[in-house]
Amino acid sequence: MTAEPQARRTPAPSSTYLGMPKFQKNAKAKLDDPQLRKNLRYATTTIRAKRAERVAEVADWEELRQAGEAIKTRTLRHLDTYLAQLEESLTRNGATVHWARDAAEANQIVIGLVQAKGVDEVVKVKSMATQEIDLNEALEQAGIAAWETDLAELIVQLGHDRPSHILVPAIHRNRAEVREIFLREMKQYGTPAPEDVSDSPAELAGAARRHLREKFLRAKVGISGANFAIAETGSLVVVESEGNGRMCLTLPETLISVVGIEKVLPTIADLEVFTRLLPRSSTGERMNPYTSLWTGVTPGDGPQEVHVVLVDNGRTKVLSDPIGRAALRCIRCSACLNICPVYERVGGHAYGSVYPGPIGAILGPQLRGIETELDKSLPYASSLCGACGDVCPVRIPIPDILVHLRHKVAQTKHVPKLEPTAIALAGWALSDYRNLQFLERFSTLAGKTLSSRSHLGALPWPASPWTNARDLPVPAQESFRQWWKNSHKEGER
Amino acid sequence: MPSDAAGPRVALFATCINDVMFPDTPKAVVTLLERLGCTVEFPLEQTCCGQLFTNTGYYDAAVPNVRNYVKAFESYDYIVGPSGSCVGAVRHQHPMLADHSGDAGLAKASREVALRTYDISEFLVDVLQVTDVGAYFPHRVTYHPTCHSVRVAKVGDRPYQLLSKVKGLDLVALPDADQCCGFGGTFSVKNPDVSVAMGADKARNVRSTGAEYLVTGDNACLMHITGLLHRERAGIKPIHLAQILAQTEAGAR
Ligand code: SF4
Repeated sequence: MTAEPQARRTPAPSSTYLGMPKFQKNAKAKLDDPQLRKNLRYATTTIRAKRAERVAEVADWEELRQAGEAIKTRTLRHLDTYLAQLEESLTRNGATVHWARDAAEANQIVIGLVQAKGVDEVVKVKSMATQEIDLNEALEQAGIAAWETDLAELIVQLGHDRPSHILVPAIHRNRAEVREIFLREMKQYGTPAPEDVSDSPAELAGAARRHLREKFLRAKVGISGANFAIAETGSLVVVESEGNGRMCLTLPETLISVVGIEKVLPTIADLEVFTRLLPRSSTGERMNPYTSLWTGVTPGDGPQEVHVVLVDNGRTKVLSDPIGRAALRCIRCSACLNICPVYERVGGHAYGSVYPGPIGAILGPQLRGIETELDKSLPYASSLCGACGDVCPVRIPIPDILVHLRHKVAQTKHVPKLEPTAIALAGWALSDYRNLQFLERFSTLAGKTLSSRSHLGALPWPASPWTNARDLPVPAQESFRQWWKNSHKEGER
Repeated sequence: MPSDAAGPRVALFATCINDVMFPDTPKAVVTLLERLGCTVEFPLEQTCCGQLFTNTGYYDAAVPNVRNYVKAFESYDYIVGPSGSCVGAVRHQHPMLADHSGDAGLAKASREVALRTYDISEFLVDVLQVTDVGAYFPHRVTYHPTCHSVRVAKVGDRPYQLLSKVKGLDLVALPDADQCCGFGGTFSVKNPDVSVAMGADKARNVRSTGAEYLVTGDNACLMHITGLLHRERAGIKPIHLAQILAQTEAGAR
């Protein structure tokens, strides 16, 4: 036992995803933050419009989506075969393949590889898989500093924060906040930001560039994820916009890529579909700025030691659910977040995990299992408006999966106490028209009693969740059914 | 206008919320369809589409609704409801629920009946092939295309086609019309804070149009938006699309 905890190497994230309360509670707090609401509204509406414009340019967008869906579905159906082929291709090309059942195993493998190189810092390409396994904190605990090099990830890391968006992790921050973070934090971890840096994007990016440059040039080990892994050739693909990824992938001597097993694609030809779908769906660009593709080790060029850690971490469990498994088609474009009216108002942190928004609401509970209060609340974090399913480039029926997961939650013991009773009562009322007819005697009586008004104002529980902010209409004094019976003769229906 | 021609025999699917809370809407459907020459019947066995249960995760509670629906409507060629959401649920969720029940007969029947189920706007434009239904409504209105009518029932621009032919009607475009109003069934009480935040934006957009009436094809969403507008004493009246289409110059109030 050490008496004093060792000093940290990297900024400590202020919050942890573990033990996050349920969505409703997180959402309420976020709704009260006007700055957050403003930032999110601006960012999501801008990116939504850009995406719509770029998608409208593609005459065969629907066919492209269908192709994306078909490729992913077929690959997932034969995942075992393609993964074995991927391992074989990677190994043939000089990469070393590691298999990790869960986050702990994956982190252990990466720590071991970094320690074997005798270094105590690594540079990182933005990666969802390493976020998912919380690799940075695992490395920190092992005395290894992991530096995020994506601009937005850097903002999040220096801000002692957590990402709130898949593609734009610092979407909840505005320029003034970023400037403050850079001025305060950069000097503690390397090259400081210039004292007179303004909040113009160009100057902020310049400060980040200088700060990161020394880390790139010093790093012996780079860590990445992968957007795609090609079984046929053993190639990994990373798409990014800033070029920092390209630096991490080419400068260090050792490259470790942590890849979810669902990222595999059968052939290099399949890539053409996704390199068209992804940029238009995510950033609203016709083409992705930096697409890096590497195949094992190329002697004398780039990293000479290449490791690939293939991570399950709940994916095979998702695969075993015939309806839920469609979530594994996700290419992390974040179009569903940007279009989501719930996400737009509460932001990513309310979802309590690295995968926010609609995809987070269907993927998180499946990967982790529906056990915590948070994971039971996430499938309900949607008005089922359907906008997410319509924009998803791989046609994941997100609303259907939300409903499917609600069905799973309803079967667990820990649903809201009175819900099953309320459902049973309503179920009785609506299971037979005679029951409904019977109850209409009471609703119309209420309608008659309250006939002087059209709406009711604030009412006590159980009506309060509705009437706290909304008036409630008074029921009709005569139901349609009663009217029909009175106005239509015997024999007529 | 056709008035006494022998038009199709139509079963009215009133929906439970309209039956109890908003009977003027199904009454308007009766008026409208009879005016267009249809014979309207109301099968008394009907109750509800079951969406409330399905979308809260209680499939078993929803299955009796599927049975009811099939029983009430299977003998009709045309089943017409004034709700994109309930019609969408019949078409999109009933087959899934029937499969869940394990009853192969129900699975088959629910699929067949679903195919013959129409939202009122679809029935008018696609089956009766009319867009000018002879309606008169001399008011400034704005239309909110509800999510399920657009994304599940897929009624497209049919409501706009119908509204554009209403005499005297001044249709004002609703800003951010395609944004969800935040109702979402039990979402409105399970996540009331987010639901109200969404609804507040919708209400603000509605107010900005200066319309006298807010019209939709789904009274549930309308109830949510109106609940907010009414709390603010905004003085904008809610009305269902069918009620506008049912009004004529002769019967003008
Ligand atoms: S679920 Fe679809 S829209 Fe959402 S991030 Fe994944 S691929 Fe993109």
